[in-house]
Amino acid sequence: MSEAKGMNLTLKVWRQKNASDKGKMVTYQVSDISPDMSFLEMFDVLNEDLLQKGEDPITFDHDCREGICGMCSMYINGKPHGPLDGTTTCQLHMRNFKDGDTIYVEPWRAKAFPVLKDLSVDRTSFDRIIQAGGFISINTGNAPDANEIPIPKDIADEAFNAATCIGCGACVAACKNASAMLFTAAKVSQLSMLPQGKAEKKKRVEAMVAQMDEEGFGACTNTGACSAECPKEISLEHIARMNRDYLNAKLTSDNV
Amino acid sequence: MKLDAKIPEGDLSEKWSKHKFNVKLVNPANKRKYEVIVVGTGLAGASAAASLAELGYNVKAFCFQDSPRRAHSIAAQGGINASKNYQNDGDSVYRLFYDTIKGGDYRSREANVHRLAEVSGNIIDQCVAQGVPFARDYGGLLDNRSFGGAQVSRTFYARGQTGQQLLLGAYSALSRQVAAGKVKLYTRTEMMDVVIIDGKAQGIITRDLVTGKIESHSAHAVILASGGYGNVFFLSTNAMGSNASAAWRAHKKGALFANPCFTQIHPTCIPVHGTYQSKLTLMSESLRNDGRVWVPKKAGDKRKPNDIPENERDYYLERKYPSFGNLVPRDVASRNAKYVCDEGRGVGETGLAVYLDFSDAIKRDGEDTISAKYGNLFEMYEKITGENPYKVPMKIYPAVHYTMGGLWVDYNLMTSVPGLYALGEANFSDHGANRLGASALMQGLADGYFVVPYTIGDYLSQMPYEKVSNDHAEFQKAETEVRERLNKLLSVNGKKTVDQFHKELGLIIWDYCGMSRTAEGLKEAKEKVQKLREEYWTNLKTIGTQDELNITLEKAYRVADFMELGELMIDDALNRNESCGGHFREEYQTEEGEAKRDDENYSYVAAWEYKGENMQEELHKEELNFENVQLTQRSYK
Repeated sequence: MSEAKGMNLTLKVWRQKNASDKGKMVTYQVSDISPDMSFLEMFDVLNEDLLQKGEDPITFDHDCREGICGMCSMYINGKPHGPLDGTTTCQLHMRNFKDGDTIYVEPWRAKAFPVLKDLSVDRTSFDRIIQAGGFISINTGNAPDANEIPIPKDIADEAFNAATCIGCGACVAACKNASAMLFTAAKVSQLSMLPQGKAEKKKRVEAMVAQMDEEGFGACTNTGACSAECPKEISLEHIARMNRDYLNAKLTSDNV
Repeated sequence: MKLDAKIPEGDLSEKWSKHKFNVKLVNPANKRKYEVIVVGTGLAGASAAASLAELGYNVKAFCFQDSPRRAHSIAAQGGINASKNYQNDGDSVYRLFYDTIKGGDYRSREANVHRLAEVSGNIIDQCVAQGVPFARDYGGLLDNRSFGGAQVSRTFYARGQTGQQLLLGAYSALSRQVAAGKVKLYTRTEMMDVVIIDGKAQGIITRDLVTGKIESHSAHAVILASGGYGNVFFLSTNAMGSNASAAWRAHKKGALFANPCFTQIHPTCIPVHGTYQSKLTLMSESLRNDGRVWVPKKAGDKRKPNDIPENERDYYLERKYPSFGNLVPRDVASRNAKYVCDEGRGVGETGLAVYLDFSDAIKRDGEDTISAKYGNLFEMYEKITGENPYKVPMKIYPAVHYTMGGLWVDYNLMTSVPGLYALGEANFSDHGANRLGASALMQGLADGYFVVPYTIGDYLSQMPYEKVSNDHAEFQKAETEVRERLNKLLSVNGKKTVDQFHKELGLIIWDYCGMSRTAEGLKEAKEKVQKLREEYWTNLKTIGTQDELNITLEKAYRVADFMELGELMIDDALNRNESCGGHFREEYQTEEGEAKRDDENYSYVAAWEYKGENMQEELHKEELNFENVQLTQRSYK
């Protein structure tokens, strides 16, 4: 419907054959891009074009295209998930760009997120941080009635805000130190606020922070870039809460 | 083949308790001697893998995404049903059972559905204990809302992202078992085939999507929790990677496929806007609690919605169904949207949309209240369409959302292949011809947390501890076949891309086997699909090799399977000479245009058996016996 307003754009895209390839920026032209298209649909169009020309399409991660699975990434014009606040790449639409724009697209850059191919990176380090302690130890079948423990609404809501993290890694990509503090803190904070999670509060924060360090994520210097670029706008307060929990755990830990 | 659903004897409400007592158990000390493969890590897969590992079984879990947390369950918005009766509004296990049977238009098994209702409360308990932050009221207790097809408030929710919170709960339980060494996780790994030895499923063949490496994994049992087949339509609310290949491979190895024509078209999705469109986005049907659906009374009315006066609007759902109004079940809401658009009363540039209007709700409750309930959905809508739903009514249109059909399973959730189980959307079991809102999450978690952990013991207890070696000749053979199939796809050397084929397939299925179907149209569609399939293998354009990360190849083998499955959907729709739930055959409707069932002749599960390449599949019937509910014409008037 908006075809008449089609845009012509220059794309500079990171191409890298595999993990051991050095990689480089490659320039592509796309034309007649509808403003109603999503950013990834624009990539679909480019990929169809490349395939027709017998060139290898650009590998990029994506799945739900609804902004919730956390699979899409892309560092667009120097910002993770592009220019729009609170928006994943898949929810970014071309109406946010202008005809004639040049757009730079790179993968997440972090030691703990090695590039697999083109714009696709390995984020299994995040899974290992969760495995270290991002859970409440309860086996299936052990649960008491769900309404047995009332949880004040403000606490439930704040826990929910932390729990909305989609694990995309934009926080790491945005951070000059490639720190995973916001990701780790969101889970620590969610579980330590809830009564169900209190029993393992100390152990959890120690284990998750240790794993985060082991994966090679950088240190946090509180610049706040992570929260500013987070597509789910997870608050820095969670980092503060995690720091408090961590210090408390270390000072009162039984694991001497 | 004789289909035995293995439904336990006895009163409906005692079947599950008795069955749990009667199934054979594996001694706690012996569970560690068994290994189970779980394919898929969505709600059903993750919950099953975690629960089995907690019991002591060794589990290998596979997903094609880069993390188990990405599975498409994550995108479910609205909520999860449970018959807790926390609202004191008369809910009960029996009412949830009854609503689900009725909502499914009497094409599901009583015993399965009753079990689902029985365990629904346990699911909520389990999730809360895991730290799932459900919505709460100011007293700190859990909040509920009502959903389509029900007159009680039994839906638990976490803002508009309940699926995300439930999946992250199951993912955390799974992660805990990975850390404990009981689950070995394989991400970016796709199941390519199931291996059957001595008539039993004893392993799978996988492809590492990064390196292309083909591998054999043997086990004592295989669980498929690989989701539905909505992406046959190309455009659906499924994720881009959602595919039916695991289920279809199992089908070709002997697992019957049940009711493939039962697909759900969700009434509230953002309308299509262009040919480049890659997927459709759902707007949770919880919006229908406060939004009013309408179109102009006059065909071709091009005025802006806010310029159309009240008396020139047709709130057609409220008019036709005064007692359920905007909360009629999904199939009814979708079909009615199609009717008004067919009459030329559709809105928006394409005329393929209806309004979902919140202005009355905002006037009544205030913008803050509406924002607290639906804020993130409104934002999402605005991001995609560029329109603000607080000011202008949303435009919505039906889209493919869920598939009720799937691998046939018995009461134990075992397919017709011994040792091969199917859970969640991958099976056909609980939703009949139409799924009620907030019931998919319930079923996925019921299957994984509370059903298969009990029923799988019955099978495993009869298996030797020693599993087959993955050097077994059958594994070698299957690996070779997989490599050959991939090579075949890579060597067609044609001109049309996978996406082009996929879009064509999707359009055929949407036009002829979508919201309404006719015998004539279906026959035409079958020919079209056969022709397209033929062209696929002679004119497909691919690139690269199978020994690398190759996104074109991944799509190519998934679409090859969609083509075959699409044809079976058509066969099934053609066979079922009645209308029920999501399957609407124009020849079979009441005078008022409602679905007209034929209980005498079609009160059965249609389970199809694969007979070989290009052979007509064989139909097996599992008669449905209704001993507890009276079959009636569904009415939501």
